[in-house]
Amino acid sequence: MSKPIKYILLTLAALSFLYPFYWMIVASLTPEAQIGELGILPKGLTFDNYTQMFAKIPIGRSLLNSALVAGLSTLGVLVFGAMTGYALAKLRFKGRNGLFFVIIFTMTLPFQITLIPNYILMVKFQWVDTLAALVVPALNSAFAILMFRQAFQTIPNDLVDAARMDGCGELRIVFQILCPNILPTIITVAILTFMNAWNDVLWPLIVIREERLMTMPQLVTLFAVGGRAEAQLGVKLAAAVLLALPVIVAYAIFQRHFIQSMASSGLKS
Amino acid sequence: MTNLRKLLQPYLLVSPYLLHLALFVVFPVVFSIALTFHRWNIIAPMEFTGLDNYIHLFQDRLFWKAILNTSQFLLIHIPLQVAVALALAYLLNEGLRAKGFFRAAFFMPVVISGVVVTIIWQQLFGLDTGLLNRLLTSFGFGRVEWLSNPSVAIFSIAIMATWKNVGLYVILFLVGLQTVPRSYYEAAEVEGANSWQQFRYITLPAINPTIFMVVILSTIGGFSLFIEPYIMTDGGPLNSTLSAMLYIYKQAFGYYHMGYSATLGLFFAMLIMVVVALQKRFIEKEE
Repeated sequence: MSKPIKYILLTLAALSFLYPFYWMIVASLTPEAQIGELGILPKGLTFDNYTQMFAKIPIGRSLLNSALVAGLSTLGVLVFGAMTGYALAKLRFKGRNGLFFVIIFTMTLPFQITLIPNYILMVKFQWVDTLAALVVPALNSAFAILMFRQAFQTIPNDLVDAARMDGCGELRIVFQILCPNILPTIITVAILTFMNAWNDVLWPLIVIREERLMTMPQLVTLFAVGGRAEAQLGVKLAAAVLLALPVIVAYAIFQRHFIQSMASSGLKS
Repeated sequence: MTNLRKLLQPYLLVSPYLLHLALFVVFPVVFSIALTFHRWNIIAPMEFTGLDNYIHLFQDRLFWKAILNTSQFLLIHIPLQVAVALALAYLLNEGLRAKGFFRAAFFMPVVISGVVVTIIWQQLFGLDTGLLNRLLTSFGFGRVEWLSNPSVAIFSIAIMATWKNVGLYVILFLVGLQTVPRSYYEAAEVEGANSWQQFRYITLPAINPTIFMVVILSTIGGFSLFIEPYIMTDGGPLNSTLSAMLYIYKQAFGYYHMGYSATLGLFFAMLIMVVVALQKRFIEKEE
């Protein structure tokens, strides 16, 4: 195959991945009647769809909820992941191997089995319609623990011993001495956890019914399937644009990190 | 004192995870199994019903329909994903300019919320004004009933899911392809191997692990398919896009059949583990 043909094929492929997003943004700025005929160039620019959407759903509030939930879960996963991963990598204690196998086993356990009982747990805790239901079950991740364990294993024991000689407590060793040495792992875990939490819809649909507590993807989903968009395509698309925008911006800036993180998680699983 | 502290230290460090494990993994698994022997709508007291849920499961037409739909989905999704990802990785592996741009473009749908992707594709699949049908008719082909024809809809969703995920596998295939030194191909050419033989004996062994990963991750993904049919079709037309996860959701939160939905969840989870284990065994044999 000659080079020009390869470029043409690659360009066509790239267009097929990018055009739908371009179309979404342009269509959200187009009057409802003209969306059906939309081709490549915008037609009759309007912000109507956005003003209508803002009037109908608390989208700003949902953005804050999503940021709070994803931020807190990521923080928890990083802190607890580092603590557990450190214990598994650098400390000797009874049950260490057993715990390691349990963690691996939970990674292979399909979530379909725990979903219903976890909902019932939320009902019993009276956490339905609270942000605790979204954050607390997401504070630990088996995947993160394994990533931290692996990263800490590459650090020589001498560093830990020296810190202990100087009188450092274990928590200080983990967070002040060791963590600065494994920044790539921390970035990978942070990106993956934040993205998963940000994009999750199923769990919020189950435990949150009150509109002001909904996460952004949940609110947009219910807006798209419910009657409130009144079959107006432009309004739905405006909501979808706002949902995609933070991720598109983050992706534009940290593109390399996103790709590396997801590829490395794929290679490990 | 210091000795006791030293002894307890590791357990203190892992205690947040242990608490999480007990509460959100161990208890739910045990409780889930107990639930399968009961009828319960959360409000009324639990009622022991023995094996009723299991008997009902095997007679439930929709349960089998969900399994059939998932199989059909995977039948299209897996080969399509491997073929497209491999083709794009192959094109990218040639040291072309703008490689970074193409990679970033293919990867874009992977990071964007499935909700956004589904809302966009719902319009692309539109019967009259949808972009795909407008493209088809402008080339003189007939329209396709992407989402309204019961024998087509699940395949449309499989195409969309492929579009969303394929970028990840392009990157992984690319990593695999790059492990093969150029000199191998040159040597093969000298020996007179044709391009199929080169692919079969040099390229394929290098990307085999990635192919198996696509198969396993896609299988898990197929059984977890939820938001796409939830937004696009609500499982219709004629339950042709009712996925395993959507059916569990409907039984639990549409009808409040907690016992039966736990039975479904347990069964689908076991099915996933068995299928993945079989795939892994097959893979190890191949290697």
